[in-house]
Amino acid sequence: MSNTRLNKLGLIAGLVLALSIGAAASPAAAQSAAAEGQKLAFDRSKGNCLTCHAIKGGQYPGTLGPELVDIKSKYPNRDELVAIIYDETKRNPLTVMPPFGRNRILTDKEISEVVDFLQTL
Amino acid sequence: MKLRNAIQFTAAAFTLTLLALAAPPAISADKVDPVADEKAFKKFFYDKFPKLKPEDFVNGPYSMDADLYKQWQDKEQFPPYEFSLELGKEMFSKPFKNGKTYGDCFPNQGIGIRQDYPYFDEKEGKVITLELALNRCREANGEPAFSYVRDEMAALTAYMAFTSRGKPFNIKVPNDPRALAAYENGKEYFYTRRGQLNFSCATCHVQSPGERVRTEVLAPALGIVNAMPIYRSEWNGMGTTSRRFTTCNSQIRGVPLTPQDDEYRNVEYYLSYVSNGLPISGPGARP
Repeated sequence: MSNTRLNKLGLIAGLVLALSIGAAASPAAAQSAAAEGQKLAFDRSKGNCLTCHAIKGGQYPGTLGPELVDIKSKYPNRDELVAIIYDETKRNPLTVMPPFGRNRILTDKEISEVVDFLQTL
Repeated sequence: MKLRNAIQFTAAAFTLTLLALAAPPAISADKVDPVADEKAFKKFFYDKFPKLKPEDFVNGPYSMDADLYKQWQDKEQFPPYEFSLELGKEMFSKPFKNGKTYGDCFPNQGIGIRQDYPYFDEKEGKVITLELALNRCREANGEPAFSYVRDEMAALTAYMAFTSRGKPFNIKVPNDPRALAAYENGKEYFYTRRGQLNFSCATCHVQSPGERVRTEVLAPALGIVNAMPIYRSEWNGMGTTSRRFTTCNSQIRGVPLTPQDDEYRNVEYYLSYVSNGLPISGPGARP
């Protein structure tokens, strides 16, 4: 009897715990994806966005591209950001921007992480 | 305004490249117009940088930025290429084992002739660059060729450029279908995107001169070869034209050609021709 009650309590406690973790999980995951994205954006051998774009938190940015700021209001649809990073030459054949997805400079997962980061700017 | 010019120019270049790609490989000579190219190329840069004088372009990024210009003036007090120049002078005057010298291979004993290279050799049907001519001179005199990307070649070309400073580039494209084809091939190479980063030479040096990649200022294509060879702080040493071309190709994550491959010779030919009239400024120093 007391065992059953304890089990029940344990179950409820477990559920509560699981729920609270679950509730916390998605922002935490997004935060870590954004942090990964920031690393990629600043890493010379990967995204290297900083070579051409000024980005908050990045030192010695280049000037070839526009400053990456207010991204969420400029591009409310994240698919548009993904498309730009994947292959901007589709939209603008004369762009200087490398086709990160088409030429496999970044994987789809990495592009998604960079987009997560851009949306925090 | 600047941007619109860049877009118009690159759009034109892009269209030309597309046309060149769409056309069969044999290029009909009557369509190639180096004189018109040179005029349009210079106009593009003069319009983009209205404050610069034509001869300023041979100083690369130093002309684009006041702070850099100051740094350059300071640097020229004790030029970092001086050791290379000294070495080149010494090598140039020292006879080969057979008693002959480099001077014997060149017009005017090799002094003050940098501005005439590359030239189109009608016997061979190909472009001859100064670096190539120097190695051919060595081989003709029983000496092994030097690496095209290392210090000895840089020293020799530094000395030959130095004796030619101030002389205007004087590149000729003879009315020979092979010369016109070589020129056109060089131009096509210059505007064609390649490598994992999908850059052409023009992406950086026509579309974006004066802009910064991280801390580095991109040099304008106009006058860029006038300063060769260059001491680069980034390299901690001297670099030949061959070294510049191969490292550019590596930086865009492409596969460099062999130094002095026909296409590199042709692109140097194109690039030198469109800088005709601008003074030789080599050896140069760059950040």
